[in-house]
This record gives sequence, structure tokens and C-alpha cells, in this order.
Amino acid sequence: MNYASLFLAEVAVPTTQAVVHAARGDAIQNSFTLTCFLFACACFVLSLKWLSAPATARKGNHIGAIGMLAAVVGAMLSAEVIEYQWIIVGMVVGAGAGIPMAILMPMTHVPQRTALSHAFGALAAALVGTAHYYIEFSTPETRPYIMAILAAEVLLGALTFTGSLMAFGKLQELLPTRPMTYKGQNIVNVTVLTLAVACGVCLSIWPDQTWIFPILIILALAFGVMLILPIGGGDMPTVIALLNSYAGLSASLMGFVLNNKLLIVAGALDGASGLILSIIMCKAMNRSFTNVLFGAFGQVQQAAVQGEKKPVKSTTPEEAAQIMDVANKVIIIPGYGMAVSQAQHKVRELYDHLTRRGVDVRFAIHPVAGRMPGHMNVLLAEAEIPYDKLSEMDDINGDFAQADVALVIGANDVVNPAARHDKSSPIYGMPIINADLAKTVFAIKRSMNPGFAGIDNELYTADQTLMLFGDAKAVVGAIAKELSEID
Amino acid sequence: MGELSSHLFVFLLAAFLGVEVIKRVSHMLHTPLMSLTNAISAISVIVAIELAGQGHSTLGTVLGTIAVATAMTNVVGGFLITERMLKMFKKREVKR
Repeated sequence: MNYASLFLAEVAVPTTQAVVHAARGDAIQNSFTLTCFLFACACFVLSLKWLSAPATARKGNHIGAIGMLAAVVGAMLSAEVIEYQWIIVGMVVGAGAGIPMAILMPMTHVPQRTALSHAFGALAAALVGTAHYYIEFSTPETRPYIMAILAAEVLLGALTFTGSLMAFGKLQELLPTRPMTYKGQNIVNVTVLTLAVACGVCLSIWPDQTWIFPILIILALAFGVMLILPIGGGDMPTVIALLNSYAGLSASLMGFVLNNKLLIVAGALDGASGLILSIIMCKAMNRSFTNVLFGAFGQVQQAAVQGEKKPVKSTTPEEAAQIMDVANKVIIIPGYGMAVSQAQHKVRELYDHLTRRGVDVRFAIHPVAGRMPGHMNVLLAEAEIPYDKLSEMDDINGDFAQADVALVIGANDVVNPAARHDKSSPIYGMPIINADLAKTVFAIKRSMNPGFAGIDNELYTADQTLMLFGDAKAVVGAIAKELSEID
Repeated sequence: MGELSSHLFVFLLAAFLGVEVIKRVSHMLHTPLMSLTNAISAISVIVAIELAGQGHSTLGTVLGTIAVATAMTNVVGGFLITERMLKMFKKREVKR
């Protein structure tokens, strides 16, 4: 594992000719491995650079895969590796699980898959850390800082593993998506985390006390579960980004322990990416970053019960089609509801009918729409809607005043005008899409149940708003059908 | 401690480079970004390989093999799904 010492072995141990030859062989082998790792490093950086724009993004993905291939080949040919059968078994099993999952999975399941793969990555990191502890670091000679980093690595890996599994369960709706809270939750969570950290500190002082290690792992696994319990579906984009960051950080820490700079670099890149995404998500929800780091953001205050309720006006797909038929500019605001009912292809039909009539159709995407960063973009891209019709919130918000129709498909809190002026609202201050400025607003919704923040949406009771109740896919399909019959 | 400080240098530089590069990633590509970084973070596959193939500790072989399998799922799945997503991003209508 320690390449520097292998290079030195040549000079430091001039015993027999055979040893020298063996050491030289190892050194050549390992300098090949190092070259591969260096190449992989460069590939990963280029890969992320090229991902910045859709035109070069695929090239970025390819160079990333090439880098990973080089890294794997380098690792296989390293002098450390003396038998191959188990590596092959692991690879076949892993590829056997990964390939069908990637090819067969519907696009609406991307958030679940991402959560699950964070769990896998974190599990790998935790397992490697655990094995290395028992093999080489459970001796009194282990330096405290090495042991501290190893403990942190295993802690992060284990908590990301169970945390991501919980997130997967919530996204797959195997677990209730509502926040699960109980009294004193924060105190319990902080206690468990503190105990886990205390175990890590003890281990770095007495690395040979192997009985502490399983306790550390159990506490970390438990903390991962408890961290995600209080988090509701709407907060998932932030949480997934955060878990992404944790998984990367844990890989990076492993690089510190095992003297592997490729791990440090790749992990740091991943950690940075997760961090940036979670900061963007936080800003888009007007939450502080510390709030997210301590996991307290799932707790939703109940909004004050509103005194008078304004009546809600609803309409039919037929009427909606007639109004859109004569519109010049239609802006569609998709939300999680579109993903749930898999309405993206019907949205594409509607888009086709409208553009054929010369209507200017645009899409307004809120950064936290859906269950993970960029969720809506992927779904609309799947339906082959050109990506230059998709606008970010800040770019399109000025256009709503000129829009004839704003069509809200399964979005809720991101269009709630209360965020702008109602100081008592839990979402006060959150940047929203200005759907309410359009001449007519259609909002497709299954029922009048409030969104994840549990608050009334005054957009639905506004004078210019007409509700379309029903499943997003059915309603959008009906509007598209009506439009085709108007001809 | 010399080793630690050289690692910290590498970590800091990589983290800053990562922040600068990833800040420029278009918002519409955030989901592919996530699946790609996910595949890249499965880089722990290389230490898992060395662990599964070191051949003198049964514990290492067992945990290493499981780690190779889980990390490999991410490597293969991550790049494939990213490719699938990126293929869908088209600027103009495809004439059919």
C-alpha cells in the first residue's frame, strides 16, 4: 500500500540479490500503477470540466469512464495484488447488479437510484476502512492522527450507508415520506453522534482496544438512520446532495490513511460537488447551511391556521385548452407531481400542439423542484423537449408579466406567493417562481392537500387561478387531446 | 507528519479545483453531475481491489470482495446511467 516505502526498499535493504530483484520488480510494477492513477486523476478533473455544458457533457462522461478504467487496471497490476479470483468475483457481481439497474431503470427513478448508489459507495468505503483497521492499524504503534482519520472515515462511511438507505426507502415510498419526529429527537441524535466521536477519540489514543471499533460502527449506522428520519420528501434534494458529499469525503479520508493520492483527489472532487449542490439547494429554499449540517431542517412548523378561506375556482381541460389555444406565451412550471404521475411525455404532446399553433412555450424550473437537483430537466429531456426551452428560475421570472398562461404541473411551494410577503409563513424568504404574475394560472393538482411544508398556497385561491383537479398525466393528456380537436 | 501535510495540500488543491470546476456546471445538468461524481467517488474500488487480492488475511479478502462488488455496481451503473441521461439532452428537435 505504501508506494514510497517500496521505492526505498531498493536502497535500504541490500541483502541478497534476489530481494533486490524482487524489490526492483515491485517498484517497476508500482510505478506503472502510479502512472495509471495519475492519468486517472487528470481524466476525472477533465471529466467534470467538460460536464459543464450539454455540448461537451458526453465527452466528459467518456473521459471519466476511461480514467476509472485506468485506475482499475493500475490497481489490478499493483504489486500488492497477488491473487485475482476474488477480485473477479466481486467485479462480476457488481457489474451484474449495476448494468441492469442502469439500463432498465425508468428515468423517474433516478433519485432512488442515486440514493442507493450513495449507499453502495459508502458501504465500500466503510468495509475497506474496517478491514484495514483489523489488518494493520489495531496495534499500539499506530499514530494517533492516522487512527483518528480512519475512525472519521469509517464513521462517515457507515452513517452515509444507512442514511442513504433511508433516503432510498423514502424516495421509493417503502417508508413514510412525511418527516418522522419525536420529542427530544435532536438531543438523542447529538448524543449518539457525540458517543460515536468519543469512540473515535478513544481509538486514536488506544488503537489496540479493538472492542471499541464495533461500537463505533454501530453508533454510526444508527446515527445515519436517525439523521434521515425527520426529513420530508421536499427536503430530499438537499439531503441527497449532502450524502453525495459525505460519500466523497469518506473516500478522500481513506486516501489519507492508505497513502493514496488518487483517492484523496477523486474524493475531494466528489465532496466539493456535493457541497456546492447542497449550498445551491439551501439557497433555493432559503435555509442556512448549518441548519442542514445538523439535520434539524426536517422539522416543519405548523403554519398558523388561516381565518377565512377563499373559494377555489376549478375548470375543465376543455376550457384550459381553449384559453391556451389563443395564448401567445405559455410558461409551464413542473414539479414533483409531474414526476410522480410520469406526465412528461404528455407534457411533450401538449408542447407539440402549442408550438404548432405558434404559441411560445417555455419551462420554468425551480432549483428544488422534484426530489433531486436537476430532476425536472432530466425528465423533460427524456420526453425530448429541447433543453433551450428550459429556463432557470432567475432567467424566466421577469417574463411572467408578459405570459398569458402559467401552467403549474404538480408544483406547490415553489410557486407560493406567501414566500414573498407573509412573514409568518415557514417558507417566507424562499425564492419562488412568479407564476402568479401571469394573466391566467392553471394549476394541476390531485387534491387541495397542502405541499410538504404543510401550508396553504394562496396562488390556488388567487383571482386569476383556475384549478385542474386530477392526475397530472391524465389532465395534461386531456388538454392535449382537446387542443388537437380544436383544429 | 510530513505525509499528512502533503496529503492535506493535495486535498485542499483538489477541493478548490473541484469547487471552481463544478460551479460552472449548468443547473440543468445537476442530475447527471450527481451520477457522474457518484461513479467517480466509487474510486474506492481501487483500494478494495488491493484488499481483495492481497491474499494473506481472510477478513481482508471477504470485506474486500464485498467492497469490490458494491463499488463496481456504482462504477458501471454510474457511468452508464449518466450516458443514458446525457444522450437525452438535445438542443433542437430531431427531424423524424
